[in-house]
Amino acid sequence: MGCSAFSKKNMKTKILLPFTIVSFLFIFFILYVGLNRSNIYIPETVTNEKIPIFKVKVFNSEKELTSNEIFENDIYYLLNIWASWCIPCRDEHPYLMELKKNKKLEIVGLNYKDKVKNANNFLNELNNPYTLILSDTDGTIAIEWGAYGVPETFLIYNGKIIKKIIGPMNNNLFKEIERVVK
Amino acid sequence: MKMLNLLVIIIFLFNFNVSNAKDRNLNSKITKNLRCLICQGQSIHDSDTEFANSLKLVVEKKITEGMSENEIYEFLKTKYGEWILYDPALNQKTYILWLLPLLLFLIGGAIIFKNLKIKKN
Repeated sequence: MGCSAFSKKNMKTKILLPFTIVSFLFIFFILYVGLNRSNIYIPETVTNEKIPIFKVKVFNSEKELTSNEIFENDIYYLLNIWASWCIPCRDEHPYLMELKKNKKLEIVGLNYKDKVKNANNFLNELNNPYTLILSDTDGTIAIEWGAYGVPETFLIYNGKIIKKIIGPMNNNLFKEIERVVK
Repeated sequence: MKMLNLLVIIIFLFNFNVSNAKDRNLNSKITKNLRCLICQGQSIHDSDTEFANSLKLVVEKKITEGMSENEIYEFLKTKYGEWILYDPALNQKTYILWLLPLLLFLIGGAIIFKNLKIKKN
């Protein structure tokens, strides 16, 4: 009796030890991988999604346009979400002015949660790179685009978003766009 | 007649409130299950960022358009990916997450069951 109880106990410890070690290794592995992984939301920047369908007001007017009317021509479009209160928008502004010179590209601005007066001041001060400005006073149009901040820029061709830029444009991204739109 | 009119108005008002409350409940249920992508760790419902406020408006709009809860999740998933949902769907990437607790529960149950049997013997 005593002998069998002893062996049973012995067996238990024999199983328990490897089991504990394996569990610890498993937890360690999960945490090691999990904690190293970035938790920050990074959207995909190369997409082939179709442009969203929406209705939007033109900036400083009562006119309404649908998305298909805006991006109807056979050229490249750059949709730039901006606001006068957005500091990084000022940084990327010279790049937009430079891109304006490209005849195969049309820059459409989406004015995000802004006051008309402030937006106009911004454009008077830094010049207007946009051929058309749309107004998104409550931020719902930006959500249709999958945007979550300002600035964000979308390169559009043939009704599809071919590139998404999160945050301000920089020299590399500027050159990339120039390369695509030749 | 006057009483009847009053009654109709009262019934109307009460019904109006009920439908409104339903919408609001659904709205907060949905926004509580959405992750704020700027202020991570907070739900859209709790957050007061520009992004969260706009998303609340969008959810409200979609509810009044007659979209169901799942349709709204699907819509937002196409825009922002699975990450925006706090309650992830069962798929190839998440099956461990969903099945592991169940598995552990079953293993634990088996151990307890076995021990009880041994004790009985």
